[in-house]
Amino acid sequence: MTVNGWLQIAFYSIALLLVTKPLGLYMLKVYDGSLTWLRPVERVLYRLAGIDPEEDQHWTRYAASMLIFSLVSMLLTYAVLRLQHLLPLNPQGLAAVRDRQAFETSASFTTNTNWQSYSGETTMSYFSQMTQLAFHNFMSAAAGVAVAVAFVRGIVRRSAGRLGNFWADLVRGTLYLFLPLSALLALLFVQQGVIQNFAHYVTVTTVEGAKQVLAMGPVASQEAIKQLGTNGGGFFNANSAHPFENPTPWTNFWQMLAIFAVSAGLTYTYGRMAKNQKHGWALWAAMYVLFIGGVATAYWAEARGNPIHAARGVDVVASATNPGGNMEGKEVRFGIANSALYATMTTDASCGCVNSMHDSYTPVGGLVPLVNMQFGELVYGGVGAGLYGMLVMVILTVFIAGLMVGRTPEYLGKKIQAREVQMATLYVLVFAGAVLTLSAIAAVTSAGLAGRNNLGPHGLSEIVYAFTSTAANNGSAFAGLTGSTYFYNTLLGLNTLIGRFAMQVPMLALAGFLAEKKIVPESAGTFPVTTPLFVVLLISVILIVSALTFLPALSLGPIVEHFLMQAGRLF
Amino acid sequence: MALTKRPLFDPPIVKQAVRDAFAKTVNLRHMVRNPVMFVVLVGSALTTLVLIRDIATGAGDVGFTLQIALWLWFTVVFANFAEAMAEGRGKAQAETLRKSRTQTTAKRLSNAHDRSSIEFVPGAMLRRGHVVLCTPGDMIPGDGEVIEGVASVDESAITGESAPVIRESGGDRSAVTGGTKVLSDFLVIRITANPGETFLDRMITLVEGAKRQKTPNEIALIILLSGLTIIFLFAVVTLQPFAIYSGGSVSIPILVSLLVCLIPTTIGGLLSAIGIAGMDRMIQHNVIAMSGRAVEAAGDVNTLLLDKTGTITLGNRQAVEFVPAPGVTRDYLADRAQLASLPDETPEGRSIVVLAKQFGLRGRPLSEGVRGHLELVAFSAATRMSGVNARGLELRKGAAEAIGHWLRQHGAETPPLLTTEVERIAKAGGTPLVVAERENGRARALGVIYLKDVVKGGMRERFGQLRAMGIRTVMITGDNQLTAAAIAAEAGVDDFLAEATPEDKMALIKREQGGGRLVAMTGDGTNDAPALAQADVAVAMNTGTQAAKEAGNLIDLDSNPTKLIEVVEIGKQLLITRGALTTFSIANDVAKYFAIIPAMFIATYPALQALNVMRLHSAQSAILASVIFNALIIIALIPLALRGVRYRPAAATSILRRNLLVYGVGGIIVPFIGIKAIDVLLVVLRMV
Repeated sequence: MTVNGWLQIAFYSIALLLVTKPLGLYMLKVYDGSLTWLRPVERVLYRLAGIDPEEDQHWTRYAASMLIFSLVSMLLTYAVLRLQHLLPLNPQGLAAVRDRQAFETSASFTTNTNWQSYSGETTMSYFSQMTQLAFHNFMSAAAGVAVAVAFVRGIVRRSAGRLGNFWADLVRGTLYLFLPLSALLALLFVQQGVIQNFAHYVTVTTVEGAKQVLAMGPVASQEAIKQLGTNGGGFFNANSAHPFENPTPWTNFWQMLAIFAVSAGLTYTYGRMAKNQKHGWALWAAMYVLFIGGVATAYWAEARGNPIHAARGVDVVASATNPGGNMEGKEVRFGIANSALYATMTTDASCGCVNSMHDSYTPVGGLVPLVNMQFGELVYGGVGAGLYGMLVMVILTVFIAGLMVGRTPEYLGKKIQAREVQMATLYVLVFAGAVLTLSAIAAVTSAGLAGRNNLGPHGLSEIVYAFTSTAANNGSAFAGLTGSTYFYNTLLGLNTLIGRFAMQVPMLALAGFLAEKKIVPESAGTFPVTTPLFVVLLISVILIVSALTFLPALSLGPIVEHFLMQAGRLF
Repeated sequence: MALTKRPLFDPPIVKQAVRDAFAKTVNLRHMVRNPVMFVVLVGSALTTLVLIRDIATGAGDVGFTLQIALWLWFTVVFANFAEAMAEGRGKAQAETLRKSRTQTTAKRLSNAHDRSSIEFVPGAMLRRGHVVLCTPGDMIPGDGEVIEGVASVDESAITGESAPVIRESGGDRSAVTGGTKVLSDFLVIRITANPGETFLDRMITLVEGAKRQKTPNEIALIILLSGLTIIFLFAVVTLQPFAIYSGGSVSIPILVSLLVCLIPTTIGGLLSAIGIAGMDRMIQHNVIAMSGRAVEAAGDVNTLLLDKTGTITLGNRQAVEFVPAPGVTRDYLADRAQLASLPDETPEGRSIVVLAKQFGLRGRPLSEGVRGHLELVAFSAATRMSGVNARGLELRKGAAEAIGHWLRQHGAETPPLLTTEVERIAKAGGTPLVVAERENGRARALGVIYLKDVVKGGMRERFGQLRAMGIRTVMITGDNQLTAAAIAAEAGVDDFLAEATPEDKMALIKREQGGGRLVAMTGDGTNDAPALAQADVAVAMNTGTQAAKEAGNLIDLDSNPTKLIEVVEIGKQLLITRGALTTFSIANDVAKYFAIIPAMFIATYPALQALNVMRLHSAQSAILASVIFNALIIIALIPLALRGVRYRPAAATSILRRNLLVYGVGGIIVPFIGIKAIDVLLVVLRMV
C-alpha cells in the first residue's frame, strides 16, 4: 500500500461526502413533486399512459404497478433481442439473440442487475443497446429509487398503507434525476475521450503489424447511466477496463463518484423526510465504515500480492517504477489502489461494472467483492435498493437490540411487530435461500460444473459469486465462469428476478404495514438511532447476519483458498 | 403475604420440573409450538437413527455419535426444564391460593330482606344472584356485592395485608371476595359470580399460567427466530453439496451439530420461561396480571396518570403551622384550635391536635378549661364549618369565607392581615383553616391553621428517574388549579390535571393516546372504570369495586397506587431480559463457527486449521464441546431468565450501552472460553 494510493482513496471519500447533501436535497424536491420545469412533458406522458399521478396508491397497488411495468418492459426487450436482425441500427448485421440468452439478458437488465454472459460488441446491435438496454438502465434505476422513496414514505407517514404513486415516482425520477445527470456525465466522459458514434467497427494494424478490429458505438451516453443507475452493464465485454469506456484516471474517478452518488444522497433525502437528519447521517456513516473496511482489506490483499510470485523472485514491493502487489487482471492506468477501490465500490453498490477482473484477485481481495454483495447490497448499495436494504437491517437491529432498552421495539416512532418482522425476515431469507440453494445445485451438477474456469475452491468461488451477484442484482462477474449456457442462462436469469421482485414486494408490504401505524413520540426512553453506538450496533448486525449465513460456504471457497495459497498451492 | 417468595430452585419445584421437562419433550404438539426447539428435536431424532444404524452395521464412531445424540436430547430437555421451572413456580403460588378456597357452608337467604330466612347450603351450590348472610367468623362463600350492612373483613388470604378492611353496602367499598373472612358485624351479600368463575378462580388460572397467550412481541420474536432457523437450515443443508464438491461429505450427526449450535437455541429455549417469569415477578410484588400483554405494555408506557391522594401525597392533609391573628398569641391559638378539633375525628382534625401538642398542650379531658357541657358542632356542607359550643363559648373552624360570614353575622370582621395570610397559604398549595371564637357574645378571628398536603418521601427522586426513562407523570387531583400547581411543583411531576372529573380523566387519556402514547393509571372506584378500560395499562386496586377490577388489566392486591411505578419497571425488565438473551444467543454463534467449521473439513482441507483459533484438541472434541456448551448455556441462564436482568432506571442510551457490553460483547467472548474449557475437560476425562 502506498501513501499515494491512500490519498486517492481519501480524495474520493471527501468527494462522496460533499455530493451527499446537495444531491439529497435535490432528490427530496424531485420526489415530493415540487420540481415543475418539466411538468408539460410529465403531463403528456401521464395522459399517453392514462395515469392519474395524484392517486395515492395503497402498497398493494404500488407493488402491482411496479410488477406490471417491469414484466411488460422485460417481455418487450425479449422480443426486440430475438428480432434484432430485422431491426435497424445494426451495421455489423448481428444475428438474433438466442432464446435463453435473451431471457437472461432481459431479466438481468429489467432488474438493474446487468449480468452479461455475452460480449456486447459481438451480440447486441446498436438498436438493442440503445432502445432496450439503455432504456432499462434508466427505468430499473428509477424504479429502484421509487421503491425506496415509497418505503421511506411508509416509515414517516401515517396514511393507511398508502405509499405514493409509482408512475409519478418513475417518471419524475427519470426526467429530473437520471436524464439530466446522465447528460452531464456523458459530456464529461466525451471530453475525456469516451467514444460516442454509430460507426462501423474499425480495423487497424497494430504496432506489431497484426490486424485488430476496434468496436465502436454510442458508448458515452450509455456509460453515464450505467454508473449513475448502478446498472453496470458495459457496452463492451471488458466493461470499464476497456479504454473506450473508461480511458483516463479522471473518467475512472467520475465513474466511481457516479456509482455512489445517488445512493449516498438518498441517505440525506431520507434524513429530511424522516425529520431526523442525524439518523440519515448515521446510516451514511455505517455505510462508509463498511465501505472503507472493504477497501482497506482488498487494497491490503492486492498490494501484498501473491506469496507464490514473491517466492519465485517476482518483485511485489511497490516503488516509483513498479506498482508491486498483484497486478494480474488490472489496468496499468488505474493501478492497485484504484482497482481495489473500484472493485469494492462496484460490489458495494450493486453496480457490477468492473475496471479490473475480480477473478484474478488474491483470494482475500476477491473475498471482499463477494462479501460486499452478500451483505445484501446496502453499503450505499444499488440506487434505491441500497437504502431500503439498509433500512431492513436497521429494522432488524432495532428489533433485536431495541428490547434491551426496556420497550417493545419501535423505529422512528413506529412499533415493529409480527407483520413487520415477518417481511424483514422474508427479505433476508429470500436472498440467502436463492444464493445458497442455486449455488449448491450448480456445485454438484455436471451442467453447473462445466462452466468453471478453475478447479478446487476457486471454482466454487466462481459459482457462488455468480449466484450472489445475480441475486444481489449486482451483475459483476468473477469472470472465470462461462455463463452463456442453457443451465446458467436459465438459473441466473431466474435468480435476478427473485433477487429483485421477491425482495421488493415484501419491502413494499413492510412499508405499507408501517404506514398504517400511529407514531409514538420520541422520549428519553426511546431506542437511540443517531448515536455512534447505534452505528456500531447496526454494522455488527449486518456483519453477523451475513457472516453467519454465508461463512460455511465461503470457508470452502476463498477462505480455504487463501490458506492454501499461503501454503503454496494455486488453482 | 398470601403469595410467598420462594428460593429460585425450590427442591419440590425442581423435582416436578424435571418430570415435566421429559413429558414435554415427548409431547409433539407442545414441541411444534416452538419452531427452534422443534428443529433440535428433529435433529436429535435423526442423529439417534444414525446411531442405531451405526450400531447395527458396526460402522462409524459409535461412542462419538452416542455422545452427540445424548447432548442434543439434553438441549431439548433443558429448554423444556426452563419452561417447566417457570411454570412450576406459578403452580406453587396457585396451590397456596387454592388452599384458601376451602369448601364453606353458606347461609343462603331465601328472602333478601329477611335475615332470618336462612338455609344452610354448600358454597359450591351458590349461583349468581343468590343472597347470603355472613356473620363474624364466617368465610365469605363467593364473590359478591354487599347489599346490606357494614363489617370489617379480613382479606389477608387474598392480599396478604393483615389489617382488616371495611366493607359496606353502596359506594366504592361494596365488593367482597370469596375466601375472605368477616370479623365483626354482619353483611348481606348478593353473589355475583358462579363457582369456578370467581376472582379467586381466575387468579389461580392466571397464576398457574395455564391459559397463557403469547404476547405480540413474543410472537414477533418467534417469527424472527424461526426465520433465522430457516436461514441456518439453508446454510447447513447446502453445505453438504459444497462439501461434496470439495471432495468430502460431512456426516449427518456433524451437520446436525452445526445446525443446532447455530440456530438460536438459547433464546428459543428460554423465551417462554422469560414470559412466565415476568408474570411471576408481578405476583411477587402482589400484582396479578390479567395477561402477559399487560406486562409487556407496562414496559412501553409513556405517560403515568397518578392520583394525587395516596400516591403522591400522604392520604390526608396535615396541620403544619398556626398563624395567629393580630393580638392573639400562638399558644392561645394552638389551645383554641386543639379544643375546636377535639371532637373532630377526621385525619385533618387529628393532625391539628398533634401539632398543638408541640406547644406543650398534652391531651386533656374534654371538659378542662371550659365551663359546662361541651356540645359538638359537626361539619355540614351548608355551613362549611365545624367546632364546639360550651357555656358562653363558641369555637368554629372552617374555610375563610365561611368563617368570615359567621363573624359578620356576629358583628365582627376578619382582620386584613389574616386575609393576606389566608391567600399566602392558598397560593403555596395549602389549605387555610380559619379559627374563630365567640366568647360572651364577642366574636373574633383567632388565626389560621395551615393544612398542608404532605408529599411522600422520595417521590421527587422517583419522578426524576421516570423522566430519565422518558416517562411523563401527570398528577390527577380534585383540588383547584392553584393548589394543584403548588403540589405538582413540590412533588416534581411533569404535569397535572386539576379539578379533575372522570370525564376529564378520560379525555386526557384519549388525548395522550391520540398522540401515540401509551397511558398507565390506577383506579378503584366505579367511576374510574371507563378510564381504566381506556388506559393501556390499568392497575385496579383490590379494595376497589368489581367494576374497576373488571376494567383493569392488572390488579394490585396491596391496593397501593404507588406500585404503578414498580409495574412499569417490571415490564421493562421483562423486555430487557428478552432482548439481552436474544442478543447473547446470536452473538454466541461467532465462536461456534470457529470451533466447528475447521473441525468439519479437517480431512478435506487441513489448511482450515488456521481458523481453529481456540486450538481445540481434535475435530471430535471441538464439535462435542460446542454442542455441550450450547446445551449447558441454557441451564446456566435459567436463573437469569427467571429473575430477569438487573434493571436500574436510566435513559435508553445508557441502558443500551451497558446491556450491549454485557450481553453483546459478553455473548461473543463467553463461548470462546466455555468451549475451550469443555474441550480441555473432554480430553482430560478421555471422552474423545
